[in-house]
Amino acid sequence: MAPSPTDSIKAQIEINAPVARVWRALTDHREFGEWFQVKLESPFVPGQRTRGRITYPGYEHLVMEVLVKEMTQDRTFSFYWHPYAVDPKLDYSKEEPTLVVFTLQSKGSGTLLTAVESGFDRIPAHRRDEAFRMNNAGWSEQMGNIQRYAQSHP
Amino acid sequence: MPKATHETPIGGARCARVFSALGDETRLALVARLSTGQPLSIARLAEGRGQSRQSITKHLRVLRHAGVVRGVRQGREHCFELRREAIDDARAALDRLTREWEMALHRLKHMLESEAVPSQEPRRKHKRGTS
Repeated sequence: MAPSPTDSIKAQIEINAPVARVWRALTDHREFGEWFQVKLESPFVPGQRTRGRITYPGYEHLVMEVLVKEMTQDRTFSFYWHPYAVDPKLDYSKEEPTLVVFTLQSKGSGTLLTAVESGFDRIPAHRRDEAFRMNNAGWSEQMGNIQRYAQSHP
Repeated sequence: MPKATHETPIGGARCARVFSALGDETRLALVARLSTGQPLSIARLAEGRGQSRQSITKHLRVLRHAGVVRGVRQGREHCFELRREAIDDARAALDRLTREWEMALHRLKHMLESEAVPSQEPRRKHKRGTS
């Protein structure tokens, strides 16, 4: 089942460090905090939540929380979170979270790291065509329509 | 670095409501209908959807609350039209998020590659100044 083009975003990078090292930098909550810029209060444990204050300059008033889904050593690390939970006064717990999946692949002496965040588009794949029966090309095409509309209505 | 104060950071809570509002097939279909730019009445929007006007009204309320649509009057009819700003914001937010992930991964790369690693590639051997 192929997800729609706007269901997920993806970022990928090659790191000149062994998979085991990248794995540690991802899954040790202190190391994660260093590059992600968050001060997490507890280690990542599958099925459990970890939270912490953002340390990114300008956003220190924000708290992020993740619910760890999977930790398969040197392969996959994933968690759920609310990517736009940036208003401290709002309760995001009722909104559908997105899923962030890190995948590690060894490449030469280094590591190919892929991060995919999905769940932006909540329609079940098998019903998507129905939702877009006026426009079978789907959400991206629809976004194009909306964009064109936007441009013609400045 | 000065920032526009009206801009919410990292996409903003408003985008969360937009995505959340769009995460429903009925509402997405309503947005699809409205994407021509033409304001439509509830009766028109309910056509062919096999849902009551009451149900459509409820969905429109969610969309309006998220800022995706707004109510407009056309003569005596109460209509809804798409608010392009909300959709633009949502789309830009996805792009922004992708960039943020790329930046985060670059920080990770930098962190790991600046560590004192035993060099396996002689040609890329560089000085280990500090650390």
